[in-house]
Amino acid sequence: MSNPDYEKNNYQTKNIANNITLRNWTIAWVVTMAIAAFAPKFIWDFNTSLTIIALVVNLAIGLRMLIANRAYLRGLDEMQQKILLEAMALALGVGLVVGLSYELLEDIKLITFQPEIAHLVILMGITYLLAVISGHRKYQ
Amino acid sequence: MKNRLKVLRAERDWTQAQLASALEVSRQTINAIEKGKFDPSLPLAFKAARLFNLSIEDIFHDEVETV
Repeated sequence: MSNPDYEKNNYQTKNIANNITLRNWTIAWVVTMAIAAFAPKFIWDFNTSLTIIALVVNLAIGLRMLIANRAYLRGLDEMQQKILLEAMALALGVGLVVGLSYELLEDIKLITFQPEIAHLVILMGITYLLAVISGHRKYQ
Repeated sequence: MKNRLKVLRAERDWTQAQLASALEVSRQTINAIEKGKFDPSLPLAFKAARLFNLSIEDIFHDEVETV
């Protein structure tokens, strides 16, 4: 049998393309999120119509980012998918369990400040990142 | 699950990257399969068997020997 033709492999090419698409939609989502968060106060003085438009655009781009993420995941091979899906499951579980307890802390007067959703997002992000690193090490 | 992927690859003088390319997976996945750290799915096992022109049983073995 002849040597496999390295040039014909489209796995890496497809992944790079999916990765770039996901990166672009993520950047667009972050930018539109920033616009929806700060523009009402600093640019258009809480004009309701513009604020709703900014929010709808942000949501639409967020959905497109999710579709790009799904395409990226489906383009990965089975081991890479397993690593990422396990990391997502862990991040979701940690987010749910710790998030609910964290929210409870204020209700039962153990903390004086208002729990922020951003703290939960950071926790889930760090959990996901560590789980992905751990997953890659596991199969090295 | 044990396998002969590394031996079969070496016999053909292929690199992990070349085998990964032929099977359309990442090089890390080939490395994990060769080391027995990751068991491939049936479709991927069939793909490897087709590539080497062997049966699945010629490449992959269950670690528990049947009597």
